[in-house]
Amino acid sequence: MTPDRWIVTVAGIGLVAFIIWFFWLKRSKGIRAAETSGGYQEAMILVKGGYTPDTIVVRSGRPVRLNFRREETASCSDKVIFPDFQKSADLPTGETVAVELMPKEPGEFGFSCPMGMFRGRLVVE
Amino acid sequence: MNIRTETTIHPPPGGLANGRESLTLRIGGMTCAHCPPAIETAIRAVKGVQAASVNLATQTAKVDYDPAQAKVAEILRTIRSVGYAAGTATMRIPIKNMHCTSCAIRVELALKMTPGVIAARASLAPNAVDIEYQPERTDFQELRQSIESSGYRVAEPKIKPADATLDPAEAANEQEYRGLMRRFWLAAVISLPVMALSYPDFIPGLRDWMPMGSGTRRMVWALLGVLSLPVLLWSGSQFFVGMWDALKHRAANMHTLIAIGITAAFLYSVVAVAWPGIFPDMALAEVFWDVTDVVVALVVLGLALEIKAKGRTSQAIKKLIGLQAKTARVARNGKEIDLPVEEVLVSDTVIVRPGEKIPVDGKVSAGSSAVDESMITGESMPVEKQVGDEVIGGTLNKTGSFRFAATKVGKDTALASIIRMVKDAQGSKAPIQRVVDTVSGYFVPAVMIVAILAAVVWYDFGPEPRLIYATVILVTTLIIACPCALGLATPTSLTVGIGKGAENGILIRSGDALQAAEKLDAIILDKTGTITRGEPALTDVVVTPGHEESAVLRLTASLERGSEHPLASAIVKGAEARKIELVDAEGFAAIPGHGVGGRIDGHDVLFGNAKLMRDRGVPADALLPQWERLANEGKTPMYVAVDGQAAGLIAVADTVKPDSRAAIEILKGLGIEVVMLTGDNERTGRAIAREVGIDRVLAEVLPDDKAHEVQKLQLEGKSVGMVGDGVNDAPALAQADVGFAIGTGTDVAIEASDVTLIRGSLMGVVTAIEISRATMRNVRQNLVGAFGYNALGIPVATGVLYPFIGLLLSPLIAAAAMAFSSATVVTNANRLRFFQPRRTGQ
Repeated sequence: MTPDRWIVTVAGIGLVAFIIWFFWLKRSKGIRAAETSGGYQEAMILVKGGYTPDTIVVRSGRPVRLNFRREETASCSDKVIFPDFQKSADLPTGETVAVELMPKEPGEFGFSCPMGMFRGRLVVE
Repeated sequence: MNIRTETTIHPPPGGLANGRESLTLRIGGMTCAHCPPAIETAIRAVKGVQAASVNLATQTAKVDYDPAQAKVAEILRTIRSVGYAAGTATMRIPIKNMHCTSCAIRVELALKMTPGVIAARASLAPNAVDIEYQPERTDFQELRQSIESSGYRVAEPKIKPADATLDPAEAANEQEYRGLMRRFWLAAVISLPVMALSYPDFIPGLRDWMPMGSGTRRMVWALLGVLSLPVLLWSGSQFFVGMWDALKHRAANMHTLIAIGITAAFLYSVVAVAWPGIFPDMALAEVFWDVTDVVVALVVLGLALEIKAKGRTSQAIKKLIGLQAKTARVARNGKEIDLPVEEVLVSDTVIVRPGEKIPVDGKVSAGSSAVDESMITGESMPVEKQVGDEVIGGTLNKTGSFRFAATKVGKDTALASIIRMVKDAQGSKAPIQRVVDTVSGYFVPAVMIVAILAAVVWYDFGPEPRLIYATVILVTTLIIACPCALGLATPTSLTVGIGKGAENGILIRSGDALQAAEKLDAIILDKTGTITRGEPALTDVVVTPGHEESAVLRLTASLERGSEHPLASAIVKGAEARKIELVDAEGFAAIPGHGVGGRIDGHDVLFGNAKLMRDRGVPADALLPQWERLANEGKTPMYVAVDGQAAGLIAVADTVKPDSRAAIEILKGLGIEVVMLTGDNERTGRAIAREVGIDRVLAEVLPDDKAHEVQKLQLEGKSVGMVGDGVNDAPALAQADVGFAIGTGTDVAIEASDVTLIRGSLMGVVTAIEISRATMRNVRQNLVGAFGYNALGIPVATGVLYPFIGLLLSPLIAAAAMAFSSATVVTNANRLRFFQPRRTGQ
């Protein structure tokens, strides 16, 4: 192989390794939802190119309120779905929309936009 | 704008005296004499409450309390906690000059000082304040005064003219569509000269003017690059923004693929024009500006078309939301006032005139009318409403005027529940989508990896010019992959399918239910209330020689007018339907367990069973064959005797709904086994089953055993649907693979079932199954299309066919395919909108 081919091959493999590490291997730890006086575990989630934070840690057996605020107009993210709870909510741009859930069992429950491009996790302890 | 026709302000019913305040609250949901003591006990338990008395007749509670210790909000909460509605309303008032958090606090404080306000929450995001208040103690004018006295201005009238309101989501979509189209036009206009001048060798005049390797060609290409810059940076800006936002979340999406693709094409071109000398061959110094411009134009156009098409998928829910009335005319304190519909309270008397929309759910208290309920139930015939009948908010009053007592308001109305449920169901996922979900999480990074590996392979082993081929392969692979088509395939079809159900009075609760309904191969129908009307009706009148049918029926019905037995009202209604005039009976007597007797028009009339005839010495044996025939038909025949002689038989039965037979026939035609379940005896059950064409009958089943019967059928390996009226069938409905609850009117048992049929007809089951089959077929078409497109498109783009047939995809074709793949999926889902349910002749 010529040197330029070696360079292209090594660079390509390096890029592939980076993609695997960047998108798949590194996971966020998530944040713990705050306990409010009303008995809710509450968290604010910003919807812009994804969910920030995308992992929310809560305790089971207590109601959870997730306040979504969408700050973009891409139509992909105009809804959030919690398939395990059979819940969904429309997220109009610039409005804060509360989604209330009652996680009874510990586990990990995903939520996403209808197309599954934006993903988040609710970690129930 | 004055939103109320009434200008007087209600005086606060309570007043301050010795640190004590008195409060009168409206209570909703009290049904019997047991309710007031329960509420009183609960209120008295609140710290600071000195006395509480609840009046069932006026539906109010009077509470004496110490405002220093007890808060009104707490008292209201207590009332709600024991299961009753306490009279508060909520209102959102937009405010003009509220700019900071301290402004919001000032507005809240001013409102909280206003008597009658329970809670106020001002927020800057929508620049509005949400107020929970007692309509008896305050109103919009007072609230407005309070806000304005604190230095802020109420921004706009709360009720806008109906035609001026545009759904905010729709407005945002429209805006985005227009923005995308502007970007498309710029890219399209620039694409034309760029395309032409990028390939001068194909155009005779141009070839000579700017030959290969000439300074002119380089100059023109440099100019094209400058021309393409706005396309990349403005028309294609959302791809870069989208990629950046996603990268911050360690995610990748369609924007990532397009952004990398067009950047690669653009940068290659920049290098080719700026430093052509670095390429070993002059032929390598080509430009790909055209790729950048055309890809941006096509993908942006595809996005715009997708938005337009997606807007149509949720038309059903828009229609439902549009049904909600804006105002209501309510009688309060002897006056008729127009209120925003949010201010109507439970037990308010609402007045509806011909042609008006019924604002909330309630029970007719005076007057009668025909009401068009088609928008909720799908039933096209108007329904007669009389005193005591229930009316549903959102339906249209046709002919008469009437008043009704509100029973459900705000988010509790049937329409609000339906909207909530349909929205949730449209957002839910069908099990079929699980595969897509798994794939889409890995899709974009995987495509990036494939594109890089393919480009490396082409560079290392491909034909010359290798660099050009590798670049084209990289760009084409990135651009042709379309995660959108995959992601849109299921949700768009579900949205249209579930909406289509709602339009036809069928509420499908989730994607799971929709998918399960498609696979049913057995359906259990509960007899009473499902196949039959669930209430007895007069069916036969048999007379002995010398008697006339109408005369016998007249005597019997006149006699039965005094009875409270359910069969009696069937006979009276039957006589009235035949326009027979009834008279008063003398000496009416009910003979428990036997029948009734009395004197009418000078005749002694007896009506009852065989034992009654025997006891009174009436010879009735001649009627026995007729009696047996009627009984075998599943009817309940009874003897009539006039002046000690048998005059005939009158039979009543629970009659079959007019379209049950047709519906069952269609179900069988769809390949579904139909089974009837009844608590009645075998003979009655068989008779009805014969009438509607059912072969398998499970008779004398106790309510508790219904679920067991469903299970037995499931053990035969069948996927079982259960249709019941949603109250006593709940365990069976839950056990079934799909539970269909028949709920009529406001009695919607939404929570109890997978599918709710608002109209009480079995045709709803047929429609539900047909919608489910049509939707799932559509989902599959979409998935095959989207998966197939990617499964074929990506390998072709990487050039696997090149060694065999020399086929290599142009990035321009890849862009066109990508742009239209998602538009195709959405358009296919939209075809479901044209689904028409079968109708019987009814």
